[in-house]
Amino acid sequence: MKADNVKFRIGKSYGFQALVTALAFACVIPLIAILFFIIKAGITKINWHFLVNVPKPVGEVGGGIANALVGSILIIAVASVIAVPIGIMAGIYLSENRKSRLAYWCRLSVDILQGVPSIVIGIIAYFWLVKPLGGFSALSGSIALAIMMIPIIVRSTEETLKLLPSSLQEAAFALGMPFHRVIFKVVLPVGVSGILSGVMLSIARITGETAPLLFTAFGNPYLSTNLTKPMQSLPLLIFNYATSPYNDWHDLAWGASLILLFWVLFLNIFTKLITRKWKVQL
Amino acid sequence: MDTSVENGIVTRSELQLRVTNSTPEAIAAKAKKSLKRSFRHIRTESVFKRTLIIMGLVMVILVLGIFLTLVVQSLPSIKSLGLKYLWGKVWDPVQDIYGAFPFLLGTLISSFLALIISIPFSVAVAIFLGEYHPKGWLPDFLKNTVELIAAVPSVIYGFWGLAILVPMVRTLENHIGVEPVGVGIFSSSLILAVMIIPYAASLGRSMIQLVPSPLKEAAYGLGATRWEVIRSVVLPYTKSGLFAGILLSLGRALGETMAVTMVIGNTSIIPKNIFAPGNTMASVIANEFTEADKPVYVSALIELGLVLFLVTVVINLIGKKIIDRFTND
Repeated sequence: MKADNVKFRIGKSYGFQALVTALAFACVIPLIAILFFIIKAGITKINWHFLVNVPKPVGEVGGGIANALVGSILIIAVASVIAVPIGIMAGIYLSENRKSRLAYWCRLSVDILQGVPSIVIGIIAYFWLVKPLGGFSALSGSIALAIMMIPIIVRSTEETLKLLPSSLQEAAFALGMPFHRVIFKVVLPVGVSGILSGVMLSIARITGETAPLLFTAFGNPYLSTNLTKPMQSLPLLIFNYATSPYNDWHDLAWGASLILLFWVLFLNIFTKLITRKWKVQL
Repeated sequence: MDTSVENGIVTRSELQLRVTNSTPEAIAAKAKKSLKRSFRHIRTESVFKRTLIIMGLVMVILVLGIFLTLVVQSLPSIKSLGLKYLWGKVWDPVQDIYGAFPFLLGTLISSFLALIISIPFSVAVAIFLGEYHPKGWLPDFLKNTVELIAAVPSVIYGFWGLAILVPMVRTLENHIGVEPVGVGIFSSSLILAVMIIPYAASLGRSMIQLVPSPLKEAAYGLGATRWEVIRSVVLPYTKSGLFAGILLSLGRALGETMAVTMVIGNTSIIPKNIFAPGNTMASVIANEFTEADKPVYVSALIELGLVLFLVTVVINLIGKKIIDRFTND
């Protein structure tokens, strides 16, 4: 009787272990399914013409996504130029002033900013930039994306710098170095790996963002490099063409999805590898 | 003389030369120069410090600015529609009738359904990685894969859902005898469930790893099986941490826009059941913001954005508070 009870308990334990393992590995299925399907549907669409041509009107075969590729790269580059200095400086401020009242509110704001839904950022960028400037523009899209990048960069910078031994800074101060040189010549070079991974992560995060661009960069069927005019980007193109009723456009969207997916996964995996190599904690 | 300098060796004669060269004037000039440099450094230092403070302020101003912009822009709708806006059951911009209840309901149902579907999976991942197999290549693979789930852009989830999931849901609906639309709240919940797994899973994993091993060892010592240790030691200990992870997942689900917009069907009537098409707050903003032509219409949409903002802020702050308390104890 008693032995049966013990056997039952052990069996139950193994049963739950099997259940947990099965459920845990079931989570892999959707990712594999998405990867598999998008590769299957997208790989046949991608060739040189696809990368260097702009989309053709409905009914004509061919056409590519050059405008979206160029647009994505430009919008992200401008967003990074805006967000990286602000994010890193705010991160330095937070790690240097841990106890001040402003630091408390700043930290709280960064936490809030990180959770703001992307569509709300889109609305904000619309009222801050699109309306005053009188039209949709790539620049407003970049700023919307920059607002989404900032909290990630601030957090990773702060976490990285917090881990540095304070003796490093103290030694530099003892040599009579002024504060800004201590930051630029000692603190940042030592923490560069962590900060860089944070920047890469933030770029990976915004590459696929669509919602903030809906009311800002808006999309453009032609190739444009003018930052003050509407511009196409990969996620916008996928959204517009995937929800259209035409099969030609669906094909275009599949190809674009494959490129976007690989771009984002590559950035993520690359970041993961360098963080492991440099032993950074994010 | 030149060779000695090149070698880095200073000969006695050269040293004498240097000493004799430094007349009092030269020394004074040098001192003045270094003083000047010190002042320049001090000035740059204070400018730099001030810049850092300004950057810290920028964060606060950014959040306050977002909040104030939303409030100011939604004032027209708050004034003309009042509180009953949130409970109005009809949304018909053509007739100037604005009621947000269908969207509130759509958001709540789709998010909570997604949460219910995803909890068993995310908790399983957390237990598997935190307790059963913390190390090894297979858990590493699982961990990285789950993290990559969060990396896939939401528009790709939406497209995949539209092409693969919606037909599957349609077959299911045919089987159980509801109107086979395919797109609808159930489809969007399924997509959302996949998208939010990583948030609760990774937080839960790190919380479970924080459980002190003496607690677990004591339970093993009393003869508990592995499952009993998890159920009566690990899970109670990490209860609040798991709850925080689930809250953060919920915050994600509430604000998710693109994937939901693509598969929810976008109709502004109150959904009859979970298979019916509907609309969430985020999806209605995404769909109608650029075509809203009347000031009240635009403002009503922004008020939805304000509600969304406040709800996600509260959820995220509670989640963060719980995590902070948990990790500090």
